[in-house]
Amino acid sequence: MSVLVFIPHIQENPSKAQVELLTYSAHIAQAQNLPLVLLTGQKISLGAYGVDKLVQLANLEQMETALLAMQTLAKQENASTIILGWDDFGKALAPLLSAKLKAGLVAGAISLPNAEGLVQKAVFSGKAFVSIQIKTAIKIIALMPNSVGVQTVAEKNTAFAELTVQTPAIRVRVVNVQKPEHAGISLQDAELVVSAGRGLKAPENWGIVEDLANALGAATACSRPVADAHWRPHHEHVGQTGVAIRPNLYIAVGVSGAIQHLAGVNNSKVIVVINNDSEAPFFKAANYGVVGDAFEVLPKLTAAVKAFKNQ
Amino acid sequence: MNFLVCISKVPDTTSKIEFVENGTKFNEEGVQFILNPYDEWYALVRALELKETLGGSVTVLSVGKEDYEPILRKALAIGADGAVRIDAEPLDAYFVAEQIAQYAQTKSFDVILVGKESIQHNGMQVGAMISAILDWAYVPLATSLNLADKTATLTQDQTAGAVATLQADFPLVISASKGMAEQRIPNMKGIMAARTKPLEVLPSFSAEALTAFVGYELPAAKTGCKMIDADNMQELVRLLHQEAKVI
Repeated sequence: MSVLVFIPHIQENPSKAQVELLTYSAHIAQAQNLPLVLLTGQKISLGAYGVDKLVQLANLEQMETALLAMQTLAKQENASTIILGWDDFGKALAPLLSAKLKAGLVAGAISLPNAEGLVQKAVFSGKAFVSIQIKTAIKIIALMPNSVGVQTVAEKNTAFAELTVQTPAIRVRVVNVQKPEHAGISLQDAELVVSAGRGLKAPENWGIVEDLANALGAATACSRPVADAHWRPHHEHVGQTGVAIRPNLYIAVGVSGAIQHLAGVNNSKVIVVINNDSEAPFFKAANYGVVGDAFEVLPKLTAAVKAFKNQ
Repeated sequence: MNFLVCISKVPDTTSKIEFVENGTKFNEEGVQFILNPYDEWYALVRALELKETLGGSVTVLSVGKEDYEPILRKALAIGADGAVRIDAEPLDAYFVAEQIAQYAQTKSFDVILVGKESIQHNGMQVGAMISAILDWAYVPLATSLNLADKTATLTQDQTAGAVATLQADFPLVISASKGMAEQRIPNMKGIMAARTKPLEVLPSFSAEALTAFVGYELPAAKTGCKMIDADNMQELVRLLHQEAKVI
């Protein structure tokens, strides 16, 4: 038996989300005294993250290929637990694999399995958590990024192997991908997020938000009315109908904190709310609050962050 | 072009979330249930728009008991031609996907649409699972959908603002995300017509659940918001560094 983890593309210095996913998997493998097998596109030594065996295959960014490869490898390696990231790719691949293998899935896990094997995930749009029991012999866990942090694991010597699979029928083709001109820090992976709402009054006022984000190394986000008014691009919209995020720090400026907005951010570890209305409902969900005019507070906060970084 | 739109009922977004029976059951008392917004605003409305230009039919389907009938009637009022309720407790995502897939196998749909997730369980699983069971093409998180003779053209938001344009073959399962259509409010004519449209109730198909929800918890309540003077942002930075340890 083995624990099998999937990362379509990995580099010499894996991203934080990838290190979290690898060490989460290694932790489970070690707890069950099983080897950890990684399926990925590159041949890199990842022994420091507890990988016993790396199986390489090209074209894993292609969904049908990834699905067939995971089905094949799960069988070859007799996988008892299969782990994927709950990112854009994993959100499709994990349930496809679950149905193909008839193996129960926790979609968007935020915990390690407990002593009874139960795994937690957020439900009710972040307003509650549920513990899920996987009833099948093979268990699939798709891990929400930035949820458990990096685990301490024993170093391993990684063995290498290659996988061959038949070319599957490709029924969904990518015609093109349009990337934005200024790609900032990806919101879903960001540990720090600065978000602003209608309180900023106009799109040309976003400079002070970007200044703070740049000083912190944070991603920028916005509320729904701001995205709907096209002040900011739609991919920055966090909330019930936008992106759900769980950064370490979420700074909300001029956002009232409607329940639909909170649904996207209330699993953030620390929330700072800056609003000129001391009655704004968002303060109830915040760890730190500042009542003041964004146009005065933000430059001061940016200056204080810069001074802190230069210490 | 024949569409099957899978719809679910969820607590209204402003509902109080509470659990009873030792944290094992969602307290439905006083909760208003609505048609899941992703299923309604995006999946159903886009299917209706495409049917109106291309011809064909739109069938809505729920897996659930009698308490799902109000949302099926609402979908009929918005414009669906017929409704089907598979009479079973929706045990888990795979169980639901099996019900839908086994029903679809007896019919001749070209496209199955689901909302990207229910706002109750946030699972994003059912669409993918239907496609895997039926061995149909699958496009998750689509923000637009156009259909031609042999292919569907879709867009999909990707990380950091990238937008992918995809082409997919029929038959096809699509999970619909924000942007695919605009909400339609049912009018009086639609509501009256919905009363006489067919709502078929079918017995459940044989299927098993792969998972079980064992117990719920509410997030730890915030211990109160620490207010910081607007003129003392050095203090906020200090707290974020030393107390919260996030910078």
